[in-house]
Amino acid sequence: MDILIYGTVNSIVLALIAVGFTLVYGVSRIPNFAHGALYVLVGFLTWSFINDLKINYLLAVTLSLIISALLGAIIYRWVLIRLRGMATSEIIASFAVSLIILEGLRMQGIGGFKGFIGPYYILPPFIEGKMRIVGVLIDFQRLIIIGGGLAIVLLLWIFTHHTKVGLSLRAIAQDERAALMLGIDSDRAAVIALSIGSALAGLAAVIILPLGNVTAEAGYKVLIDAIAVCIIGGLGSWAGAVLASFVLGFAMIISTALFGAVWEKVVLVGAIILILILRPSGLLGKQKELEERV
Amino acid sequence: MVIEETRRKRLDRGIKVRTETLYALSTWREMAYLIVPRTVLILGLLLLPLILDMYWQRVLCTAGIYAILALAFDFLAAYVGLVCLGGALFIGAGGYISGLLNAYLGWPPLLCIPIATLAGAVISTFVLLPCLRLRGIYFAIVSFMFPLFAVHIIVALNVFGGTEGISALAILPNIWVEQYLILGMIIVSLFAIRRLVNEDIGLILRGIKDNDQAVRASGISITAYKTKAVFIASLMGCFGGAYLSHLYGWLGISLFAMDFSILPIAACVMGGMGSLVGPVLGAFILTPMSEALRGFGQLRVVLYCLILIGFIVYKPEGLMNYLQRKYHQFEYWERV
Amino acid sequence: MDGEALLQVKNISKSFGGVKAVMDVNLSLFKGEILGIIGPNGSGKTTLVNLITGFVRPDSGEVLFKGKKITGIQPHKIANLGLTRTFQIMRPYHSLSAFKNLIVPLNSPRVRRSRGGRLGDRDAVAIDILEEIGFQRDAYVPYKTASSLPLGYLKRLELARCIAMGPEIIICDEIFSGLSMAEIATMVPVLEKLEMEGVTIMMIEHRLRELFRLVNRVIVMNFGEKLAEGIPEEVMKKQDVRKAYLGTEVDNVGG
Repeated sequence: MDILIYGTVNSIVLALIAVGFTLVYGVSRIPNFAHGALYVLVGFLTWSFINDLKINYLLAVTLSLIISALLGAIIYRWVLIRLRGMATSEIIASFAVSLIILEGLRMQGIGGFKGFIGPYYILPPFIEGKMRIVGVLIDFQRLIIIGGGLAIVLLLWIFTHHTKVGLSLRAIAQDERAALMLGIDSDRAAVIALSIGSALAGLAAVIILPLGNVTAEAGYKVLIDAIAVCIIGGLGSWAGAVLASFVLGFAMIISTALFGAVWEKVVLVGAIILILILRPSGLLGKQKELEERV
Repeated sequence: MVIEETRRKRLDRGIKVRTETLYALSTWREMAYLIVPRTVLILGLLLLPLILDMYWQRVLCTAGIYAILALAFDFLAAYVGLVCLGGALFIGAGGYISGLLNAYLGWPPLLCIPIATLAGAVISTFVLLPCLRLRGIYFAIVSFMFPLFAVHIIVALNVFGGTEGISALAILPNIWVEQYLILGMIIVSLFAIRRLVNEDIGLILRGIKDNDQAVRASGISITAYKTKAVFIASLMGCFGGAYLSHLYGWLGISLFAMDFSILPIAACVMGGMGSLVGPVLGAFILTPMSEALRGFGQLRVVLYCLILIGFIVYKPEGLMNYLQRKYHQFEYWERV
Repeated sequence: MDGEALLQVKNISKSFGGVKAVMDVNLSLFKGEILGIIGPNGSGKTTLVNLITGFVRPDSGEVLFKGKKITGIQPHKIANLGLTRTFQIMRPYHSLSAFKNLIVPLNSPRVRRSRGGRLGDRDAVAIDILEEIGFQRDAYVPYKTASSLPLGYLKRLELARCIAMGPEIIICDEIFSGLSMAEIATMVPVLEKLEMEGVTIMMIEHRLRELFRLVNRVIVMNFGEKLAEGIPEEVMKKQDVRKAYLGTEVDNVGG
């Protein structure tokens, strides 16, 4: 029973982390390696809004989400737009952005930035007090994760299937040239996708982070999780990402229960390697990428 | 009354016979045009240790490791089309094998290093073999995962010294051997790779990068050739790793650290992808810089990422390609 | 034209997702002939080539080359058997010069074998092949980087890549498309010469007028199925072929 519930929570955590990444990749074919960094950044921003500026919780969350969306747009407008189509450069550049954010957050005592975050010293009690009531088996925050996660996935589905902007994003994802000819601006779509993707990273952060504390290292972990889920599900496939997060989520919990926590990572990375070798396009990915490109 | 007229003429026009690789040399000036840059490079590298003090000599050794990694990355990325974000895998494989041979069997470093170079390359190639049919971003991501995987395995199994690693390995005889070993290796691999990419195997690899389907249609197994390329690159990387573990007399999971994957790429982008010399140059600029910034903690990572983005966005050709272009466009006045 | 077929395609089918790209196609290719395959866009011609040359695995059916089954074999092995193809989308090795492009096929096991393991002066061989196919050596065309060559040369380079293999069958995927009449006129003799040398050629083409001058036999495809087969003039007279291929009544085709 524990495995079932914690597996579900873990899976939805993974799904939350991955939807933003897969959205960006699906629309613009950009692997946004800054995803994890934005996740952590939102965690820290919200924390400092609440603790330093004494803003109320909801407002702080909204503000930091807006900032992360803007940041996503800026990353595209200033950096990635010049590198479209060069996958290597996109990876390198977005990973560099990610390093700047993450290492910048860890930076201490330079340029009036008064050692703002010492990763392990300050443990921001991010949890809203009222959420910490323990139920029969799990605390409320985990219930929120389940509810919030499902809601976000559902909202995204509605957004992409029933709104004009969402539909145009899907059009770009399916056939960029045809979409261009129908008057959809692919750069605008990519900016929107990156903003939404970054905001989703942030949203995942504010929902998930109360479970533990915020550390810059989490950025790398989140990035790897997101990539793992997306690769296993098939890059750019949303149904695949959700499926993969459940597969991985349970696999991780079960392996932890059976062999101990150190094996969790081995399972994660091993799964990626295995799936890429056996079925390179992922569980629900399209074969197009590999076979038909003649 | 004679009016002397002059005009500007490009030096290389007469030399290059409409191709990149055939030269027609007739004067000393034209020979110097080809020879001087190569001599400057080799002599510069060889003389560098003589003018540095102890501390910077150590830095030079580290820079050498990054240079050789950057060279391997450049070879794979620009000439085979495999973007390998897992340079740390090579370093780790080489480093661990060499270190373990030394720690458990007590073999001297100068024997361990060549064995580890070969064995590490075989293992790395074997590990990467199943993902060679992946392209572009997929290969990049998997190769990025392998070093992490290795770390988790070592931690999970608690073998080879676990998280702590093994210290007090034998180190190389003296600082001069240390320096000239790595410098010699850089020069040898640099010219070997330059030669290789214009040989038949190099041409096939470049063909794979440009259009792998056409190579398959030409009856050539792309997996076989990619394997060869990865083996060559991992030879260089594993040498770097083996050398590293005897440079510091220590091995541990930080041999798989992301630094070994990221800094060579930064060096490559800065120096100019595909120029082979550029990445070496980039490593010799970036490593001392990051060393000088060591006092600033995380700032140095931020700084070299900024440099990286700056180059990738605003000067994608990189330093070396820029310099080369300017050198090729060198003009002199000619009397008409 | 009778006797054992050099290449036989038996009941081959392939679908992508829900789209049936090739459905239950049968065809035979006899030694020394030039076979034309025509059909409207999206009728599965290129997929058929991909199926034959091993680039795409069929859902069902098989391909026999000299009586031996070659389905499921990797493309480079099929190429080494002597069954080569050109690609519709021209992507030469653009960083290499034209003649260096041919070094790749000249290193294939097939060529190595035919030269007894010794490769000799590959550059000279490459340039000879290119010159034969219309690259003027005097104008240094073979030495130019492939990315700087115009389309006509690229198409010829693609054909040269096949010829360098010393093949038994060449499958040309729309090798005339996008070329001017003059350029086609220079390529036709090359193909005719290959035919004289006993190379079997299968041509997929939209340029009917030029195609019909070359081929002995033509197969019409539509919606992944074989619609008709026979001598060009007769096939084009058929009502359903005209309707499928040309949409409306058109006279004067294949003159």
